[in-house]
Amino acid sequence: MSTPPELPPDLPVTLAANPVLAGWLDFTEPGVVTISSGKVEYGQGVWTALAQVAAEELDVSLERVRVAPVSTATSPDEGITSGSRSIEESGSALRQACAQAREVFLAAAADALGAGARALGVADGEITTDAGGTGLTYWSLAGPGLLDRLAGDPRPAKQPGRWSVAGRSAPRLDIPDKVTGRPRFLHDLVLPGMRYGRVVRPPAPAASLAGLDDPGLPGDVVTVRDGSFLGVVAAADRAALAAAASLARAARWQVSDSLPDERDLKTFLLSSPAQAVTVHERHDEQAAASVTRTLTAEFTRPFLAHASMAPSCAIARWDGAGVTVWSHTQGPFALRAAIAAGLGLEPGQVTVNHVEGAGAYGHNGADDVALDAVLLARAVPGHPVRVLWSREDEMSWAPLGSAMLARLTAGLDASGRIASWRQDVWSNGFIGRPATGGEPRLLALSHLAGAQPMSPAQDGPPTGAMGSTRNAVPGYDIGDLVVTRHRLLVMPIRTSSLRSLGAFLNVFAIESFMDELAAEAGMDPVDFRLAHLTDPRARRVVERAAELSGWARRPGDDDGVGYGIGYARYKGLAGYCAAVARVEAGTDVRVTHIWLAADVGRVINPDGVINQVEGGAVQSASWALRERVSFDRARITSLSWDTYPILRFTEVPQVEVAIVDAPGQRETGAGEVAQGPVAGAIGNAVADAVGVRVRDLPLTREQVARAIEES
Amino acid sequence: MGHHELHVTVNGASRTLPCEPDAPLLDVLRHDLGLSGPRFGCGLGLCGACFVLIDGQARSSCDFPAWAAEGRQVTTVEGLLDGETLHAVQQAFIDEQAAQCGYCTSGMVMTAVALLRGNPSPSEREAREALDGNLCRCGAHRRIVSAVLKAASQGHASQEAGQAAG
Repeated sequence: MSTPPELPPDLPVTLAANPVLAGWLDFTEPGVVTISSGKVEYGQGVWTALAQVAAEELDVSLERVRVAPVSTATSPDEGITSGSRSIEESGSALRQACAQAREVFLAAAADALGAGARALGVADGEITTDAGGTGLTYWSLAGPGLLDRLAGDPRPAKQPGRWSVAGRSAPRLDIPDKVTGRPRFLHDLVLPGMRYGRVVRPPAPAASLAGLDDPGLPGDVVTVRDGSFLGVVAAADRAALAAAASLARAARWQVSDSLPDERDLKTFLLSSPAQAVTVHERHDEQAAASVTRTLTAEFTRPFLAHASMAPSCAIARWDGAGVTVWSHTQGPFALRAAIAAGLGLEPGQVTVNHVEGAGAYGHNGADDVALDAVLLARAVPGHPVRVLWSREDEMSWAPLGSAMLARLTAGLDASGRIASWRQDVWSNGFIGRPATGGEPRLLALSHLAGAQPMSPAQDGPPTGAMGSTRNAVPGYDIGDLVVTRHRLLVMPIRTSSLRSLGAFLNVFAIESFMDELAAEAGMDPVDFRLAHLTDPRARRVVERAAELSGWARRPGDDDGVGYGIGYARYKGLAGYCAAVARVEAGTDVRVTHIWLAADVGRVINPDGVINQVEGGAVQSASWALRERVSFDRARITSLSWDTYPILRFTEVPQVEVAIVDAPGQRETGAGEVAQGPVAGAIGNAVADAVGVRVRDLPLTREQVARAIEES
Repeated sequence: MGHHELHVTVNGASRTLPCEPDAPLLDVLRHDLGLSGPRFGCGLGLCGACFVLIDGQARSSCDFPAWAAEGRQVTTVEGLLDGETLHAVQQAFIDEQAAQCGYCTSGMVMTAVALLRGNPSPSEREAREALDGNLCRCGAHRRIVSAVLKAASQGHASQEAGQAAG
């Protein structure tokens, strides 16, 4: 995305990059406003919130607003739908585009009426005067080319105090289809002439195809082989599955051990070659000199899987001009660039149409399966080819969230305040999406003949907002503070973005350590945090979560029951969230309640925010209590829900969310604010319940028992 | 692979279909009958996304051989609609905004319908236990349980009386 020089400064970033108003709004269908965003829906409810933004700014009812499917052919390029930035980026851009479009319409109406535009208003799309309706509407005025103009100087948007559509809970636009089973997901899409493809993946990351016996496939099955990339195309999915199974039996692979020792991730993280960069450095010699007591501790998390409910799926069709792809990618434009670069095409020869998939929590297999479909469809030009990964492929070939180790050292002064803090983080990178750093980074490209292995994932600029060091800079008032990132330069297990990136472990570590420091200082955990927080918004969420949970009245000596708190401001610059967890630690660790308070700036759809925060809390609890990708020295072995268990209905805690209102503050997104604080709260509650600090995730019975043994 | 004929009642309509001997019921529903409600999640009956009612019992269709459905009554989420009118459970899922991605929703709805037929006023605990075979990755559990309890409280059973047993 780049900004044309003639545009005014201060436009929302993605509007400046896509400055033609008609690219965002269409009034062709009478009575309907069709908005285009570059952000995709995957169950986070973003389209509903964006529709509310547009309805509010245009003065039309929400029912009139439709959201156009995202396509590289027609939609504004707003980058990746990630990082909890959709409302901030696309919401700001649409709001401004709508405010400007509304002015264009009012000016056109003024011309038609011979009145001044200032005297005019809009009521549900009809232009009004003091005397009432004029008969002119957006749709009667929207002649060809009316909005084919560049965005002008930023206009003041409606203040939240005057909102009537935004700022109120609106039912999600997508849920009715989902409760009735109507085709909505890419997995449901059937195109004319469609064929079905399946890929036979190597049996391990370090494996190459040494030979292929005759699989004896039916004559109408097409086999595609290129290097170690192997697949089939058939008329029906069952036939493709059967053919892929035959092909798998006929394939002879050379397999090498390339994976680290799963039982000793610390050694893997600490002894692999790594690039060390300082992401935060503030020296305060006076503070450092005041330290009277020093604590140090190490915290770890294992590799974590996206484990989306649906295996990844894609459809591709080649024709004379290039290839069209239907994908549930989070980044249609990046996927287009990656496919084009990987296959030596011009980006204009690739069109990516987004169709909704199951929930995505970062960079999963969606992009990889799209290239699989493109490669298989090349063998049957003119036919759309649908490729669905198996559950096993999804669990073993989609990128994972990296294992991590955080080493923390902190010094308290004589008064019990934190005077000094050092945090070192070891991890593979979290930034490995398609087209990162000019490298396509699509799985099949590393299997084709003559392929280069994928380079280790990146971690972005050295800041506390990026990559593995996301939230590695504690959000507390600490004078002497240095944070260092050690990004691994080898990648035996492919890693990339998983919800909240490094924040999940960093906040778990920081918040666990805060409790250890509070105990050393002889202070209550909530009081200790408040003593190190001056930002009023931070204080408010901590106080609110404590209040919701009845923190001050919690039972002190209940056997096996514990309470813990966790707090963070996501990325150090986005939404604030505090969580209190209550656990019962018997034969197993059970989280019974999580109370959360979140301040995500001004809120478009309150129920949407609550849904995101509570969903984030449950997923974080599942990571913290259960999840761990397992592997032997050759391959991933957690391939099903049996071997990669997630929290079930009977295990999921009661969750209560309070939004701390901040209408004067910019929107910050809500989807990732809970991840870190919930992990911290659960860790602290477990320590409170069992009397021993467990520093290695997940907090399973075995890990708790080990910590007790070692204490 | 030889085909045989499968006779099955799906959403109230008798069907005779050619059937590969080892085809899972889910494939027949999705591919042969074009029903998109039951969804593929894992293929092993471990996630619940493909749940349907077979003679009134909620169960996975991805690991249920189609031949075993011979002569049985199969109901998918599509079959809960009465014309345009939603089933009480479906309406409650909307009222409670009980989904994020919604890929697992049809399976959840089928489990809830089967639960409420056998137990019209379940406790929260009973609702959670009934739903334990359905996985949700987005964390919408609280809302889903609320929707089931809401459907129960709104006299789900009386609505059911007017509908054919699934």
